Amino acid sequence: MSDFLKIEGLKAQIDADGTPKEILKGLDLTIPKGEVHAIMGPNGSGKSTLSYVLAGREDYEVTGGSAHFKGQDLLELEPEERAALGVFLAFQSPVELPGVNNANFLRTAVNAVRKARGEEELDAVSFLKLAREETSRLSMSGEMLKRAVNVGFSGGEKKRNEVLQMRLLKPSLAILDETDSGLDIDALRIVAEGVNSLRGPDFSSLVITHHQRLLEYIVPDRVHVMAHGRIIHSGGPEVATLLEKQGYKQFLEAAA
Amino acid sequence: MSENSAAAWQALTGRAGERAALLGAGGLPTRRVEAWHYTPLQSLNGIAWQEAPALDAATVKRRVEGLNLPEHDGLLVFANGRFCKELSHLPDCMDVQEYGDGSAVQPLLAGRFSAGLNAALRQPGARLHVPAGTDAGLIVMVSLTEGDGVSTHLHHSVTLDEGAQLTLLDVQLGTGQYLTNPQVDVHCADKAHLSHITQQAESHEAARLAIVGARVGERGNYDSFTLNQGGVLARQEVVTQLSGPFSNTNVNAIQLVDGARLNDLSSMIHHASPDCTSRQTVRSVLSENGQGVFQGKILVDRIAQKTDGYQMNQALLLSEKAQMNSKPELEIYADDVKCSHGATVGALDEDQLFYLRSRGVQEEQARDMLVQAFLLETVELVEHESLRDYLLKALPGHV
Repeated sequence: MSDFLKIEGLKAQIDADGTPKEILKGLDLTIPKGEVHAIMGPNGSGKSTLSYVLAGREDYEVTGGSAHFKGQDLLELEPEERAALGVFLAFQSPVELPGVNNANFLRTAVNAVRKARGEEELDAVSFLKLAREETSRLSMSGEMLKRAVNVGFSGGEKKRNEVLQMRLLKPSLAILDETDSGLDIDALRIVAEGVNSLRGPDFSSLVITHHQRLLEYIVPDRVHVMAHGRIIHSGGPEVATLLEKQGYKQFLEAAA
Repeated sequence: MSENSAAAWQALTGRAGERAALLGAGGLPTRRVEAWHYTPLQSLNGIAWQEAPALDAATVKRRVEGLNLPEHDGLLVFANGRFCKELSHLPDCMDVQEYGDGSAVQPLLAGRFSAGLNAALRQPGARLHVPAGTDAGLIVMVSLTEGDGVSTHLHHSVTLDEGAQLTLLDVQLGTGQYLTNPQVDVHCADKAHLSHITQQAESHEAARLAIVGARVGERGNYDSFTLNQGGVLARQEVVTQLSGPFSNTNVNAIQLVDGARLNDLSSMIHHASPDCTSRQTVRSVLSENGQGVFQGKILVDRIAQKTDGYQMNQALLLSEKAQMNSKPELEIYADDVKCSHGATVGALDEDQLFYLRSRGVQEEQARDMLVQAFLLETVELVEHESLRDYLLKALPGHV
C-alpha cells in the first residue's frame, strides 16, 4: 500500500463557549509510506487541530470526511490504539506530570505499545539500559529520567523528552507539532537528528512548522500550505523556501 | 424525638448502663449538629448494635497471616474488641501496663461524640509505654472486626516518656456491617516522637467513628498519617494539642472513596504553646458516588506566638456524582503567627490524560497513574521508608 496516511474531506469543530467552531473544513492529505511531509501555514489555519484530531484528542468533534492509516479507520480508534498502530504526536507544549516519574512513564508507555504490537515487554533493567543509550544520544542528562515527567524541564528539555519518547516508541507515523518552537539551534539540530535517524521505508512523518529553518535539517519530500482549515497548495521542498521569502500572501490569493 | 428511641440508641445506652450519661442526650448526631453536618449518623439508627462476640482464634490467625505486614518489632492483635495475646508480642524495651478503669472522657476530647461513645462502652485496648530515651522501633497493631450489627469500642493509650521514639502502624479491617469506635490517647512527653500511621481498611459496609487525642510536650512530635479507604461511613478524628514549646504535629491523610461510601477526616490542631509548628496535607480521591469530608481546625492560643501552621486540602473528583465537603477553619488569638491554608477540588486533567494515552497507555491505567501521582506526595510525608512502600501498595493502580 503506497497510501500510508490518507485524509479525505476532513472536517472538525471545537466547542467555543457553547457554539461549535469549524476549524478543519474539508482537508485532503495523503502521505505515502516512507515519506516526510511538511505542513506550513499561518496561525489559526488549523495545523495543531489536525495533529490533535489525528492523535485522537476528544475535545475536537469530527463532523465529516475520513482519515485512514495503514488501511484502518483512524477516527474510530482510541488514542492508545492509534499509538499502538504507530501514530506518534510530538506535542507543541508537552504537559507536566507532577508525581509521575519519567523513567516509569517511559517504560509504561513502551511496554503498553510493545504489548499491543505483540512484542515482548521489557524488564526494568533492559529498559533502563535502552533509555540511557537514547538519552545520551539526545545529549540529555540521565537525571531527566529520575525527575517527574517534564516538571521543571526547560523548553528545550521538554522537546528532547518528546523526541526521546518518539525514539523509544518507534512510530511509523510521527506528527511533529511545531517541535521547533522555542528551540535554539543546537537543540533544533538534536531534534532533527532524532527524526532523521528514524527515516526509512517504514517511517513517515508529518512536520508542522511555522518556519523553514527546521526544514533545512529535516528535508521534506513534500510541503503543503495550509490555510482556513484546508490544504491550499502542495509542492516540493522549494515551497518552503518560497514561503520564507514571499510569505503566504500569494498562496492565499491563489486559493481565494 | 423518634430518633432518641431508635434501635441504635436504645441498644447503646442499654449496654452503657450507668455510663450512658457519657453519651450525652439527643441520640446519634444528626445533620443539625454542626460537627456532624456533612457526616450525619442517622443511617446507623436502625440497628440495635450488640457487643461483638469473640472470634475463633484460628480464623484470626489466618486473617493476620494474610496481611503482608511490613517487617516489625512488635505486633498487637485485637479481634472483635478483644486482645489476642497468643498472636501478639512486644519488644523487651516496652511494657503493656495494666488497664485501669479509665471510663472518663479525656479532657482533650470533651464534648466529642465519638469520645463519649467510647467512654460509655469502652473496651480495654493496648496501653503502650515507651520508657525515656528508648527507640521502640515499629509496632503494628491490627484490629479485626467481623459480624453484622455488632460494635467494638477499643480504648488504647500510647505514652512516650522523654525522648522516646515509636512508629505505630494501626491497621483496621474486617467483614460485615459492624460499627467500630476506637479511641487512641497519645501522650508524647518532651522530645518524644511518635509516628502514628492509621490504615483504615474497614469493610465497605462498616461504620467507623475513630478518634485520637494527642498531647505533645516541649520539642516533642506527633506525626500522624491516615489512609482512609474503607467503611460505608467512616470518620477519623484527630485532636492534637501542642502543649510544650517547639513541638510539632503533622496530621496528614489520604482518603479513597468509591461506591456510595463516605470518608471523613476531621481534625483539631491546638497550638497551646509558642514556637510550635503544624503541617497538614489531606488529599482525597472520590469516585462513583463517593463522598469525602474534610474539617480541619487550627486553634492558636494567645500565648502561642511564633506559631507556624500549614494546612492544605485537595480533592480529585473522578465522577460527576462524587462529592467533597471541605471546611477549613482558622481561629487565631496570637498576633505573631504564620498560618496558611488552601483547598482545591477538581477533576483529572484532560490534557495529562490525553498525553499518557497518546503514548499508548490504556485509559484505565493512565487514570490510575495520575491518581497515584496525586497521592504520592502525601505518602512521601511518611518518614518510615518501609511503611511508605507498604502504603503505596495499598493505593489504586500501584505498579
